[in-house]
Amino acid sequence: MIEVAGLTVRFGGVTSLDGMDVTFDAGTCGLIGPNGAGKTTFFNVLSGFVRPASGTVSAFGENLLSMPHFRRARWGVRRTFQTEQAIEQLSVFDNVAMIHEHSKLSRSSRRQDTLGAIAIVGIQAEPSAPVQTLSAGERRLVEIARAIVGRPKIVLLDEPAAGLPDEETLDLGRVIRSIPEHTDAQVILVDHDMSLVSGCCERTAVLDFGRLITSGTTAEVLRDERVVRAYLGDEAAA
Amino acid sequence: MSTAQVSPEPPAPAKSPRSGSPFARDEMIRVGAIALGLLVIVILVPAIFSLYYVDALTQVVVYAIVALGLGVLVGRVGLVSLGQAAVLAIGAWVAARLLFGSGLPFELVLLISGLITMVIGTCVGLPALRLRGLYLALITLMLAGAITVALATLNFPNGGHGFSGYNGAFVHIPAIRRPGIATSDRAYFRYSIIVAALMFLVVLGHLRSKPGRAWAAIRQSESAALAAGINTTLYKLWAFALASFVTGVAGGVLAGAQQYLYSINFQTQDSITLLAVVLMGGAYSMWGAIVAGLLLELLPAILNNIGVSPDWLTILFGIGVLQVLTTAPRGIVEQFPRDMARLYRAITGAARRSSGRSATS
Repeated sequence: MIEVAGLTVRFGGVTSLDGMDVTFDAGTCGLIGPNGAGKTTFFNVLSGFVRPASGTVSAFGENLLSMPHFRRARWGVRRTFQTEQAIEQLSVFDNVAMIHEHSKLSRSSRRQDTLGAIAIVGIQAEPSAPVQTLSAGERRLVEIARAIVGRPKIVLLDEPAAGLPDEETLDLGRVIRSIPEHTDAQVILVDHDMSLVSGCCERTAVLDFGRLITSGTTAEVLRDERVVRAYLGDEAAA
Repeated sequence: MSTAQVSPEPPAPAKSPRSGSPFARDEMIRVGAIALGLLVIVILVPAIFSLYYVDALTQVVVYAIVALGLGVLVGRVGLVSLGQAAVLAIGAWVAARLLFGSGLPFELVLLISGLITMVIGTCVGLPALRLRGLYLALITLMLAGAITVALATLNFPNGGHGFSGYNGAFVHIPAIRRPGIATSDRAYFRYSIIVAALMFLVVLGHLRSKPGRAWAAIRQSESAALAAGINTTLYKLWAFALASFVTGVAGGVLAGAQQYLYSINFQTQDSITLLAVVLMGGAYSMWGAIVAGLLLELLPAILNNIGVSPDWLTILFGIGVLQVLTTAPRGIVEQFPRDMARLYRAITGAARRSSGRSATS
């Protein structure tokens, strides 16, 4: 569970997050909003790349903002990025094992946990295959395996379906839906593909211009007039 | 809240997924081939070549180690340092001072000069925590300039007393001593090859383990590395420490090879040429370091020998870097075999076509 209160982020004169208040319950939650709404900025605050001007973030009872950024990953904050970040020179196995290696987890479980995460996301390639030989879809799966290996507490997925063909997005949806079966982590999914979000998330929060405009069950939220207006403008909502 | 571990029954992989294991079976064959090659070089080169070329090849070995260290920084971590020639000078200075001032075994002197250089070189790397690219290159170049000036003022030890070990004498300067088992030039070449092999193994051990993977992550994206829990500050300094250590050891080998060291021989711009040859050789491969050493030290020796001024090399290196940047970002080590394979295919293809024509006619 993640509780966010009054979170404000400013870049010079631009207010990227404007007093965001939201609670993410256990399970997989969606976070949607038009481009520039502040979704990635929110992830960057959780990862420690951006220092907020004010506000608090409490995750599983810990004050997340007081932790140095690289320690957050060790504690259990994992994420994927909009741009591909699987390390090309390394094998699938090393890509995933590296996260385990830099966590506090025991070395003895590394191999099993790594192969377990690779199996969950269903990468067809050999674990010893270099990532540079993989397709875009499989690389995306490697990134998700990196995010779920070991004992993550928070898994942030930043537009994992961006640029993927429909078929691979369907597979990706199956993988994301299966994450809660294997870990108790709080998953937050940011994506513009509403069928992916509604298929994976029971609850969804909506950001617009750095403010939370609504949150609730995904079905309700997607019907909400304010959400339609935020995405499509006033004319479409009327 | 309880935390469940991600661990369903993993599928039995067909082969070990630990591609990073330094002792995988097919790797053993490669290691064996390289060891055999080294043995051949150690035995044959001093026997075949003249002293002139043996000395030049000892220099190649020294600069291959320096290029190896720079390759770690540039190729593996993505940190451009233009201060490595100055770091080499520090290694040479420390080794020379210890060799004149103590009776320590040569190997121990190499180790100590590596360690002292490591501490100083890591300080050179401190700006890397905040800077990258052009600005880091500029800062390291400035630091190299400062080190060069300091060493020129201090002078290299020549058997004198005091901290600097310099006595201002121009005659009867004692030579820097060499290890007892390698006093001749030919023996010292063999000795330097063994030291270089050890340095390559030290670097290989790093690249194949936790630091190597962390460096690969940092090179690709620093924020993604942070998000993976990598202490980027620690690993960037570690890279500078490793590069400086091997460069310091190379400095020690250089001191023994030249036996007389003069500050005029250590120029700030050497660092720039060094980066150029490392890029040409291939910064992403350890073989590239050997090619860089050959370009930097063997080519001028050959040109000198045939009466051509090695100054022409500056132009050649300029063209070479341009060529590499535009057509082969991974350097000669990758381009050369690829082009040779292409040439082979072209020749065999042409031969097949002509034999096909003669068969039909």
